[in-house]
Amino acid sequence: MSDSMQTLEVHTQSEYKYGWSTALDMDTFPKGLSEETVRAISAIKKEPEWLLEWRLQAFRHWLTMKEPSWANVHYPVIDYQDIIYFAAPKKKLGSLDEADPELLKMFDKLGVPLEERKVLAGVAVDAVVDSVSVTTTFKKELGELGIIFSSFSEAVQEHPELVRKHLGSVVPANDNFFAALNSAVFSDGSFCYIPAGVRCPMELSTYFRINAANTGQFERTLIVAEKGSYVSYLEGCTAPVRDENQLHAAVVEIIAMDEAFVKYSTVQNWYPGDKNGKGGIYNFVTKRGICAGYRSKISWTQVETGSAITWKYPSCILKGDESVGEFYSVAVTNNRQQADTGTKMIHLGKNTKSTIISKGISAGYSNNSYRGLVKIGKRADGAQNFSQCDSLLMGDKCGAHTFPYLEVDNPGARVEHEATTSKIGEDQLFYCKQRGLSEEDAINMIVNGYCKEVFKELPMEFAVEAQKLLAISLEGSVG
Amino acid sequence: MKPLIKITDLHVSIDGKPILNGLNLTVNKGEVHAIMGPNGSGKSTLANVLAGREEYTIESGTVEYEGEDLLSMDIDKRALAGIFLAFQYPVEIPGVSNSNFLKSIINAKRKHQGLPELNALEMLKFIRAKLNAIEMDESLLKRSLNDGFSGGEKKRNEILQMTLLEPKLAILDETDSGLDIDALRIVAEGVNQLRSPERSFIVVTHYQRLLNHIIPDFVHVLSNGKILATGDRTLAEKLEVEGYDWIKESNSVTA
Repeated sequence: MSDSMQTLEVHTQSEYKYGWSTALDMDTFPKGLSEETVRAISAIKKEPEWLLEWRLQAFRHWLTMKEPSWANVHYPVIDYQDIIYFAAPKKKLGSLDEADPELLKMFDKLGVPLEERKVLAGVAVDAVVDSVSVTTTFKKELGELGIIFSSFSEAVQEHPELVRKHLGSVVPANDNFFAALNSAVFSDGSFCYIPAGVRCPMELSTYFRINAANTGQFERTLIVAEKGSYVSYLEGCTAPVRDENQLHAAVVEIIAMDEAFVKYSTVQNWYPGDKNGKGGIYNFVTKRGICAGYRSKISWTQVETGSAITWKYPSCILKGDESVGEFYSVAVTNNRQQADTGTKMIHLGKNTKSTIISKGISAGYSNNSYRGLVKIGKRADGAQNFSQCDSLLMGDKCGAHTFPYLEVDNPGARVEHEATTSKIGEDQLFYCKQRGLSEEDAINMIVNGYCKEVFKELPMEFAVEAQKLLAISLEGSVG
Repeated sequence: MKPLIKITDLHVSIDGKPILNGLNLTVNKGEVHAIMGPNGSGKSTLANVLAGREEYTIESGTVEYEGEDLLSMDIDKRALAGIFLAFQYPVEIPGVSNSNFLKSIINAKRKHQGLPELNALEMLKFIRAKLNAIEMDESLLKRSLNDGFSGGEKKRNEILQMTLLEPKLAILDETDSGLDIDALRIVAEGVNQLRSPERSFIVVTHYQRLLNHIIPDFVHVLSNGKILATGDRTLAEKLEVEGYDWIKESNSVTA
């Protein structure tokens, strides 16, 4: 191995910046999962009877299901009785002034300001710590436009009819093992409703933080965009460094009606475990949107840098004629991280279009898999898909895999797939350094160039954050 | 006068196979040295070793650059100290715009010199002024670095970078290969405009034709990793007519 590759390895062994934890005064359930746990979660949230029933059905179904094993990831058996299913900061907030000062400090340290005057212009934030949402900013301003942006629990109380109508309509409670688990024990999340014809004037953002030890985080996000509306939604996440693995099993559902456009961007930075693979978050997430209406559009952009294991396939069901689905992804794995991520584009309507751009970056001893399904239904005349899956290898001990699945039931469809695998070239590094760039700057430049097609889809502030995060994940140039 | 670079008894191998076998070369400020030789004689190895490429093993010998031990310097430090290699095969970097790359390397140099970085507007002005000299189209700035460039465009882009960085020692590694006669003339003009008493060149080439445009002060013939003959430009002309065999046969000749 050449010197340059060794240096590359040193650079890719960076440290996690958000690994500290905060001592918050917490209400915590004992470990373990049973019908009692489900009932207790529902009770503490004062949920209506129908929701408890929905949870219990999901739980009973979950008991009959098996954990999926088809993904290209390996981990010890998860003991679902050894997890805490509900943990919440004790103090119920009337307003931010009453918040635990430690909690405010925590978000400050994360760079997520919760006081509205401090909030970045144009971003409303819902902050979720462990099992509950602690605050949502800019509710009043949004309310004037008829936009509902609140914690999930609050939406259940204040807009039960909307929640009941849409909950589980895209990801049914029995959809898959982790979605069923989430449906049974989900504790909070974000709810977002954009009325017909309204263009949401600011980015809506949820920031997820797992703080407590031994705790699973199970949140649900539900976004409903009525006819002709638009919203751009951001999701960010971090967790402390802990030696044991922690489970994060979230569900995101998006519904886009006629000519509505929902843009969903994620920068996922859960704790990835240490360089020997100890600890880290298991990120087993179901994200799915339905383009229910004519000419509706859902666009997923994700930058995945964290988690010990990522199992995640943000998908689009293109039901409305001429609807559009997009998936832009950068997935970075380093050290012992494993990622099996991709998308599903289900074309049902006529002249539906989908685009998949996936960029995998593997470093260290990590394994990075793209798994994607493009399905063209019988009715989907004129459907079109374009997929591009690129893999970049850094060093010679990591792996990149591509599993594209195609199911085409309509002969008129056009499906294109391109895939490349490249190594971050010693040639490229040598070239840049010969022009006077440091190794770090050179790697940064090459990797950012590689990810450009995805980064340009992110909202501006997020793109900057994503670039920085990438630099940290890969180069150890912390601070 | 102290030489700019002094190579003494340099032995270099790759994967255990010796490539340079006791090479000696001294280049003073302002001089242009042409290195010629048959394929596999070690010409490109010499160029790459001076720039710091890591696949090669330095077995023995020394290289002094401005009185310092060049071989112990990192690649980027050599570049910042004024060594520039025009690549035989310039590398493509998709997604990185040429203008962004040029901006980064210019500012890296300015930072090293303690100068303030140029902003986008100043940078564009600075680059534009140099573009015309080498008849390079401005649209190439917007494209990804060397990505999909033709052979001639790549080489011109190398000369552009050289012009922008104003190195003390420019090493041209078979810059003429794959160029048509017009491109060759433009590249050579780019080099000639940079010639100055303060700047030296090592021009590695297989063919004499480049030396019709860039008139060297010295011509060296490299064979089996050693300089076998040194002369002025007439040596290059003789090689053009007679080939390399006569040198190999007579072993060491001074023309």
